[in-house]
Amino acid sequence: MRSRREQEIDHLYRRAGFGASQEEVEGYTSLSFASYAASVARLLNYTEIPDDVDSLIGRQGYVGVTGRSGSGFQPANNILDARQRWLFRMVHTKRPLQEKMALFWHNHFATAYSKVANDIGDGGFATRMLAAKPDEEASRTKGQIELFREYALGNFRNLLIEVAKDPAMLVWLDGRTNVRARPQENFARELMELFTLGVGRFEETDVYAGARVFTGWNLNLANRNTAQARYEFFYNSGQHDTTAKEFSFPIYADGRRIIPARSAGDGMQDGIDLINAVARHPDTGPRLARKLYAFFINEVDAPDAALIEGLARTYYTTNYEIEPMVRMLLLSPQFKDPSSYYKRYSWPVEFVVRSLKEVGWTGYSVNSALNPLISMGQQLFEPPDVNGWELGPGWFSSGGMLARMNFAANLANNQRFALRDRVRGQVDSPESLLSFMLDRLTPPEFANDAYSALLDYTRVGGAWTGSDTQLAAKASGLAHLITGSGDYQLV
Amino acid sequence: MAMTRRDFVRGGVAAFTVGFAAPAFLTDIAKGQGRSRRNLVVLYLSGGNDGLSTLIPWGDQQYFARRPNLAIPAANVLQIGTDSAGNRLGLNPRLTDLRTIFNAGRLAVIQRTGYPNQSRSHFQGTDIWSTADPSSPQGIGWLGRYLDRMPAPVDPLTAWSTVRETPRTLLARTVGVASIPSVAEYAFASPNMGAEAQAARQSATRIASHVPVDQPHLAFVNSTAQAAFATLDRVAQVATYAPTVMYPNNGFGLALQMVAGAISRGIGTSIYWVQTGGFDTHAGQNTNVANGSYNNLMTTLNGGLFAFYRDLLNQGLLSDTLVLQFSEFGRRINENGSNGTDHGAASLMMAMGGGVRGGIYGTAPNLSANGNPTLENNNQDVRFETDFRSVYARIIDNWLGGDSSAILGGDFRNGPNFI
Repeated sequence: MRSRREQEIDHLYRRAGFGASQEEVEGYTSLSFASYAASVARLLNYTEIPDDVDSLIGRQGYVGVTGRSGSGFQPANNILDARQRWLFRMVHTKRPLQEKMALFWHNHFATAYSKVANDIGDGGFATRMLAAKPDEEASRTKGQIELFREYALGNFRNLLIEVAKDPAMLVWLDGRTNVRARPQENFARELMELFTLGVGRFEETDVYAGARVFTGWNLNLANRNTAQARYEFFYNSGQHDTTAKEFSFPIYADGRRIIPARSAGDGMQDGIDLINAVARHPDTGPRLARKLYAFFINEVDAPDAALIEGLARTYYTTNYEIEPMVRMLLLSPQFKDPSSYYKRYSWPVEFVVRSLKEVGWTGYSVNSALNPLISMGQQLFEPPDVNGWELGPGWFSSGGMLARMNFAANLANNQRFALRDRVRGQVDSPESLLSFMLDRLTPPEFANDAYSALLDYTRVGGAWTGSDTQLAAKASGLAHLITGSGDYQLV
Repeated sequence: MAMTRRDFVRGGVAAFTVGFAAPAFLTDIAKGQGRSRRNLVVLYLSGGNDGLSTLIPWGDQQYFARRPNLAIPAANVLQIGTDSAGNRLGLNPRLTDLRTIFNAGRLAVIQRTGYPNQSRSHFQGTDIWSTADPSSPQGIGWLGRYLDRMPAPVDPLTAWSTVRETPRTLLARTVGVASIPSVAEYAFASPNMGAEAQAARQSATRIASHVPVDQPHLAFVNSTAQAAFATLDRVAQVATYAPTVMYPNNGFGLALQMVAGAISRGIGTSIYWVQTGGFDTHAGQNTNVANGSYNNLMTTLNGGLFAFYRDLLNQGLLSDTLVLQFSEFGRRINENGSNGTDHGAASLMMAMGGGVRGGIYGTAPNLSANGNPTLENNNQDVRFETDFRSVYARIIDNWLGGDSSAILGGDFRNGPNFI
C-alpha cells in the first residue's frame, strides 16, 4: 500500500500535473523539507526551475519522438511533430503546472489547426502560428501555445488582449477580415460567450457593437517571400469604425455603457476598453472560478459555493491574476480532502501521459499515441470547435472507452520486457505481483469483485513459477487491465 | 433551474444500473426488439448551414441585391419548381444528385424551420435542436426521451453515434448509446495472445460490470466499457460489409457506408447519428468559386447522400430508412465583408427516404428589407415559419411509432406531412 504521504503527492501531481513517475514520487517524498505546502510552492513557482525540457528530446532515457522521413523532426513546421513535442513536454517537464495550465487555456481559447491551415495555406505558417517557439526558426514566430505557457498563471485581462492579437486566433475567428464596411462578428461573440461572460449574459446588440469595436484588428504578412515571412497582428486604422458603440453592460468603472467615438488613430483603444469591461464583468470571475474548480478539484459533486465565491473575489481583488486563484485551489481543504481524490474524468492526453509516466516509456515513441488520441477524442491543436472539448462524462462513450483500453493494451505490450525487469525479484506470487502493479499505477482502490477479476486473471493459465515468460505476460496483462479499467480513467 | 450535463449523469446513472442487462442477454433482446426494421438517420450539418445557399430563392431580386458576391446566378441554380406561394426555388448547383432524388419524389425540403427567438449561439442553438426544448436546453435529447420510453432493458446498439461523443440528441436517461466512428477500430486488443488474451477480455468485462450506485461517475464510465463489450462482436460484422456502390472517400461518405452496413447486416440498430462540419462560413464562403468552401460542403453532402441512397435502393432497404437533416441556425441574409455570412436564424431541413413524400414544404422568405413578417432582427435574418418540433413530431408519430406529445412535452402535430 502506498503511504498517506505518497497518496497525497500522487493526487497533487495528477491534478497540478500529469501524474508522477516512480522516481519523481520518491524524489518528492524523500526531501526532508518537502511539506505539502512546499510541494505546492514548487509547482507554482516554476519560473525558478529552468525550462530546458526541449533539450532532452531525442536523448536516451526519455520517451521517444519520431521524425518524418526526409524532413526529420520539425515541431515548428509539422503539426504532427508539434503534437509529439507537446506530449514529450507533458511527460518530462519539471514545470508540470505550467504545462497543465497551457492545456487549460488551449481548451478555453480553443483554436484548431485545420481551419488555420485551410485559410492561411500551411507551408509551415499554421503550425508555426500555433506551436513555434520564437528562437527556433528564421521567422521568429511565437506560437499561440507559447502565449498560453507565458500566461499560464498570469493576468487574465492581459491574456485576453494577447489572445485578441494572436495571429492564429485572428484566423480562427476571422478577425483578420473584420473591416469597417462589413464588421465580422465571430471573435466578438465568442469573446463574450465563451472566453468571459458566458452564454445568455449579453445581448445580440452587444455582439454587433463588439464586432465594430474590433474592426481593423487584422493580420499582416511581414517579410513576405523570405525565410523570415510571418503573420503578425496589425491595427489597420483605416479599417476601424470610429463611431460610438453602445453596450448593454457597463464598459467603464463609472458605469458608462458607451465607447465614445474616437479618431481612427486612437481607435485601437476601443478593443482595450471592451476587454477591460469583460474582464471586470461580474459574471467572468465566477465563471472562471467554476472552470478552474472543475479542472483542479472535483467535477463530480456540486461545487463548493464558498470556495467558488472566494476564488471569484480573489480574481477581482488581484485585478484578474490567475496564480492566486490556483494557489487558493491547491491549498484548499477541499483539494486535499481524500473525498476529492479521483473525482475528475481524465482528459485523453492526461490519461496517455499519466499511463506513460506510470507504466513506463522505454523504447516508446509518443508518435504511437497520436492516432489513439484521435480515437479517444482529443487531438492536440485540434479542438472540435471554439467551445473546446466536451469535458467530464463527455469524454466517455463505448468507442472512446474502447480506444483507451486499446491504447493501454498497446503500451503494455510495448513495455512488456521493461515491466518484466521491473517486477523480477520484487514479487513471488500472483497476489504480490498484483499488489506491486496496483501500487505502481495508482488507481483508486478497486471494489472486491473487480479486484477478484484482476487476481483471477493473474492466477489463470498455470501455476506460479516466476519465470521470465510468466512475468512478462502477467505484468503486461495487468498493466493493460488496470490502466484500461474504468477506475483508472478517474484522476 | 437548468439541469447541467453533470446533474444529468448524477441523476441518470442510478437508473442506468437498473436498466442495464447482462451482456449475454443483449443479443436476444436485440432480436426481440427487431419488431420494426425502420431506421432513422439524423444528419447534423454543424456550424449553422446557410439555407439560402442550399435552397436558392432565385426569383427574389433582393437575394441578389443583398449578396453581391455570394448570390448564385439564376442560370446556375438547379431549378426544382415553386413553393405553395409561387416562389421560384432551386438547389445549389453542386446538389445534382439530390435533384435526382428530389425528382424521384424521395426528398423533402422544408423551408424556414426554426423556433421563436432563435438562438444565434452554436452551442445553445445545438442544444435547443437536440433537446427540442428552447426554454431549458440542458437536459436529455428528444431521441433520448424516445429511447427512454422503450421497454427496459434496451440493447446498447439501439442507437449508434458515428462520432466519438454521444450527441445530446441521443443522450438518454436510462439507455446507453454506442459511439462507433470506425468499425475497424472497434475491437478489443490485448498485449498477449491466445488463452491469456481470452482471460484478459473476461477479466476486463468483469471489471466493467461494476456499476456502484454510490459512485455514479465510476458507474457511468464502466457502463461505457460494458456497452463496448456487449456490442463488439455484432459490430465486427459491419467491418466486413461490401457496399453495392462506391462511397466518396471522406469522413461523411465513410460514416454513411458504415450506417448502410449496419442496416444491411441487421445488427439491431434503429437510430443513427451522422454529422459533417464546416458550415460556419463566416469567411470565404465563396459560393461562386470552383473550389470555394461552400461548394465543397455541398459536394460532400451530395456525394455521400447519393451513394447511401443508391446503396440502400439496390438492397431494397430504402423503404425502411429515413434521413433527417438539420443545422443549428441559418445565416445572415446580407453577406459580410469576408465573402461570408454571420450567424442568423431560420434555415431549412431536409428529409430523404423511401417513405418520404418528396417536394417543397413551407414558403420562402421575402428578402426585401422594408419590414415584412418573414424576416426578423431588423430584417437581417430569416424568421421561422415551421417549428422544428413539428417536424420531429411527424417523425416520432408516423415513422418511429412513438408519442410525440409525451416526448416533446406538447402538441406539435400540425407539421408538414412529408412522412
